[in-house]
Amino acid sequence: MRTVLDIKGLEVTYGKVEALRGVDLSVGDREIVALLGNNGAGKSTTVSAISGVVRSRAGTIAAYGEDITAATPWSIVERGIVHVPEGRRIFSRLTVHENLQIGGYTVREGTSVDKRITQVYELFPRLAERRHQQGGTLSGGEQQMLAIGRAMVAGPRLIMLDEPSMGLAPLVVAQVMDAIASINESGTAVLLIEQNARAALKVAHRGYVIDSGRVTLTGPAAELRTDPQVVEAYLGA
Amino acid sequence: MNHLQLVLSGLFVGSFYALVALGYSMVYGIIKLLNFAHGDLYMVGAFAGFTVLSVGAGALGGGFVALIVIMIVAMIATGGFGMLLERVAYRPLRSAPRLSVLITAVGASFALEYGIAVAFGPTPEVYPVGVQDGTLHIANAQVTYAQLAMTAIAVVLMAALDTLVRTTRSGRAMRAISQDPKACLLMGVNVDRVISRTFFIGSALAGAAGVMAGAYYGKIDFLMGFVIGLKAFTAAVIGGIGNLRGAVLGAIVLGLLESFGVPTSAASGVTSSRSASSFSS
Repeated sequence: MRTVLDIKGLEVTYGKVEALRGVDLSVGDREIVALLGNNGAGKSTTVSAISGVVRSRAGTIAAYGEDITAATPWSIVERGIVHVPEGRRIFSRLTVHENLQIGGYTVREGTSVDKRITQVYELFPRLAERRHQQGGTLSGGEQQMLAIGRAMVAGPRLIMLDEPSMGLAPLVVAQVMDAIASINESGTAVLLIEQNARAALKVAHRGYVIDSGRVTLTGPAAELRTDPQVVEAYLGA
Repeated sequence: MNHLQLVLSGLFVGSFYALVALGYSMVYGIIKLLNFAHGDLYMVGAFAGFTVLSVGAGALGGGFVALIVIMIVAMIATGGFGMLLERVAYRPLRSAPRLSVLITAVGASFALEYGIAVAFGPTPEVYPVGVQDGTLHIANAQVTYAQLAMTAIAVVLMAALDTLVRTTRSGRAMRAISQDPKACLLMGVNVDRVISRTFFIGSALAGAAGVMAGAYYGKIDFLMGFVIGLKAFTAAVIGGIGNLRGAVLGAIVLGLLESFGVPTSAASGVTSSRSASSFSS
């Protein structure tokens, strides 16, 4: 299996606080990888370092064998690695359609942007109904779909989702997870950051558990689901 | 003075302020910076036009064609200046506290004012383009063709900007950055480049207004940007800063206020300058 993303010894500090203390992580082609952990464990820092908005102190990040540790955020998006941020961060005063168009900012040909927007509308029919509404008027679940759809318009080969289930009703969480699975089936690798370990391990192929800036456990999702440590710390009895 | 005349001159002055207010509002909208050097970019525009005129006066001749050529050159030069200003003065402070950037803007304002004073001398320069030709009579009011032409140019520039911001890829990116620059980074928007472009456009509009002011008032000096900077800021605030259509509206309101304020306060025995009426009302 080809690796899409390969991280070795990643260290990130915020001032004197060490957020990551040597993280090794990889995502293979067409794989869904879950990154689990508690608040402040370093999950968001890991994705932010990959997408280039946070700089690492040590370690390397490679995409398709090419070093992207010091690349600019926009050139990382151009390489097909797109980060859907925590809290969705859609543009609330832009329409749904304009939000999706911003997602295609790096794509040069307008026709493929239009084609991908049509695909997003097929995946999330609710967005098509609301295409002329301002993003801020959508419900939480719809906003999450818009955030995922917006990233899909960039034509990602790896999509990184930071806490997509946050603040959503269980039924909506299930819808979002279904959407993630179907995006993956169409050939996109997924790095899924979650506190909701149960939902994440249901769709993921592999998982990493991160704690205090270090990977403490890794393995196939099926194994992690039954691992006593994971059960105790993240799934409850 | 009759009322129609006051309305017409108010609209003329207002269209002028609007060009400057737009740049103020655009820059604030995108990086939340009150660019106090913006009025001075208007002054730089007037001097850029002056330089072109002095160098190429013979080749260009007089009249409107010359004015338009000069305006385009001045807009490009002023736009470039604005980009340079952003690059050297504001970009390094992108993550600094707001007050530091504000103080830098005041410093940039002085640098532009006294830089021009050193380069061109502190005495006012006579603008060598004369467009004081025909006059149009509407009822009992009158406007010069030069005023009409300049207002028309200003309206065209504003309409072009409105279309750009509302419908193009670049305009969409500008609106998105004004809401959430970090999310824009994650969407692959080269935020630095879009901000640069915003400074170019805003400064170019101020440059156009500078040339218009030179041609209309016939005289320019290195401090001419100070008061208009304050007025444009006022106009932008009236319209809701960051809101482009609001800035235009605010500028027209301000132009009309001034135009009506001068004779009204004079009649009531108050000795008031044009500017005083706009700031007290």
